[in-house]
Amino acid sequence: MAETRIAQEESGPGTEPLPFGPEHEPPTEWMELNMGPHHPSTHGVLRVRLKLDGEIVRDADADIGYLHTGFEKSFEDKTYTQGITFSDRMDYLAPPINNVGFVSAVEKLIGVEVPPRAQAIRVIMMELARVASHELWLGTTGLDLGVYSGFFYAWRDRDLALDLNEAYSGVRMMTSFTRVGGVAWDLPDGWLDQLQRFIDVMPGKLDDFESMLTDNPIWHQRLKGVGVISAQDAIEAGVTGPVLRASGVNYDVRKAFPYCGYENYDFDVPVGTNGDCYDRYRMRVAEMRQSLRILQQAVDNLPGGPWISADRKVALPPRAELSKSMEAVIHHFRLVSEGFKGPVGDVYAFVESPRGELGFYLVSDGTNKPYRMKVRPPSFCNLQALRKLVQGVLVADVIAIMGSLDFILGDCDR
Amino acid sequence: MTVNASAPLVERLGERFKQALQESSEFRGDLSIVIDPASVVEVARYLKDEEGFDYLLYATAVDWPAREPRFTVVWEVRSLADKTRIRLKTTATMPDPHVPSLTSVWPASNWHERETWDLLGIKFDGHPDLRRILMPQSWEGFPLRKDYVSFGEPVIFSDQKLEGLEPDAIRG
Repeated sequence: MAETRIAQEESGPGTEPLPFGPEHEPPTEWMELNMGPHHPSTHGVLRVRLKLDGEIVRDADADIGYLHTGFEKSFEDKTYTQGITFSDRMDYLAPPINNVGFVSAVEKLIGVEVPPRAQAIRVIMMELARVASHELWLGTTGLDLGVYSGFFYAWRDRDLALDLNEAYSGVRMMTSFTRVGGVAWDLPDGWLDQLQRFIDVMPGKLDDFESMLTDNPIWHQRLKGVGVISAQDAIEAGVTGPVLRASGVNYDVRKAFPYCGYENYDFDVPVGTNGDCYDRYRMRVAEMRQSLRILQQAVDNLPGGPWISADRKVALPPRAELSKSMEAVIHHFRLVSEGFKGPVGDVYAFVESPRGELGFYLVSDGTNKPYRMKVRPPSFCNLQALRKLVQGVLVADVIAIMGSLDFILGDCDR
Repeated sequence: MTVNASAPLVERLGERFKQALQESSEFRGDLSIVIDPASVVEVARYLKDEEGFDYLLYATAVDWPAREPRFTVVWEVRSLADKTRIRLKTTATMPDPHVPSLTSVWPASNWHERETWDLLGIKFDGHPDLRRILMPQSWEGFPLRKDYVSFGEPVIFSDQKLEGLEPDAIRG
């Protein structure tokens, strides 16, 4: 093609009038453009090779793996309890949901019952994480598209959820609060009041945010009709979460396969119609409001009782028992030194993360460690759809589309 | 999904694919079937078109060095309408483990199969773009195989030899 163009240029102006009109335009060459790995909109370390025809994207190849840490291999070297700390480092914006996903796979394998209070605490922590993650998504995606002030509001509001994480687990992000059979600690004194204040103030803050964006004409122009994916294509591409629901597929793990007692909470699953970036934005904002509804119900109906299973084969005995009971000391020693063993078999357990279905496929060979742990990360599956979504759009829209997919590279690369 | 609800599906599969269906089992409510590698695409096509398993969850493999065949390759699919799941398994043998790709049936398995090739070294015949995805393209070895040791970088001490090299030669 380059030769043709040079030949045209050599025949040059002056010799004959240049043909005019789009059908006579010289054939263009596609340019390859590297976006990332240090592009601010990649939210992690992602490199996308774009093939450009002028300003139009013809093809894209996402190059992932920059944050590959080998968690799946590491799981094989650690006991089931130790593995919990790996799980929150994968999707570092919603660690409680990863914790619950991981232990629910182990609980399914060994068949242990989780007491109702532990389930309610898990639900509270997961919904807080969902709000925090969606807030951060709002802030960063807005920032990518030029809403600078929104970022500060979103970050401020997200910190309220992280404060609650910290007050409960001592850590703002990597909570590691679950244990097989329950949760590590009961809720501290005064925590529910702090949570209630959070539930009370958040709707107003969301209203503020929405008044800035939802009817903003610039926001509409950047997002409406951009990155449209039909329900059929979304299923074919394997996307989940708000991206799938924005395309009109009513699939939410919390409703379809309730876990942790989600069937006892009254909430709606927002479903979109257009499958564009704007619908994905609306899904996430609506989901935050639903999460607040779930949180309020969890606070109102928080069951009493133990917060971890009484099965001494999987859960540590309470500290008070250790000075009185030899048996408790033996259980404690066995659990801390070598953990517990699971039966031979393989299970798949899954939860609804802010990004979609987060699954853990656990293969056990009867020892105290996973023989194989395959994580089904929602970010990985959603990012796979990027290639299809960006074909034919402008480069600037790639930023909006990448933002609307809400992938976390730690989750994607593991 | 209870035993009774899933049993008819296994029966239908057993009737239709007598030769190919090697094993079916249920553990903790998860249904697994083991299919002869030669018939995987055919069974997958049937599951998608006639049983409504439209949604691929993941594909992966498990390495069992002591077993023959060594690798179990796993695809798990779901029917969004019926809310059922089935785990489709097949096997691959050393030294050149390969199974048919299911990207023609479920396009979503594209990246999952690439990842399985990358980390476990299973070749997927008919995959449109089988290259490494998480590890660098130049990487040697398959990290999730059991004989690939974590933290396995060789550390040379002065009293050790590595591959015929004298310690001093290594230190330079």
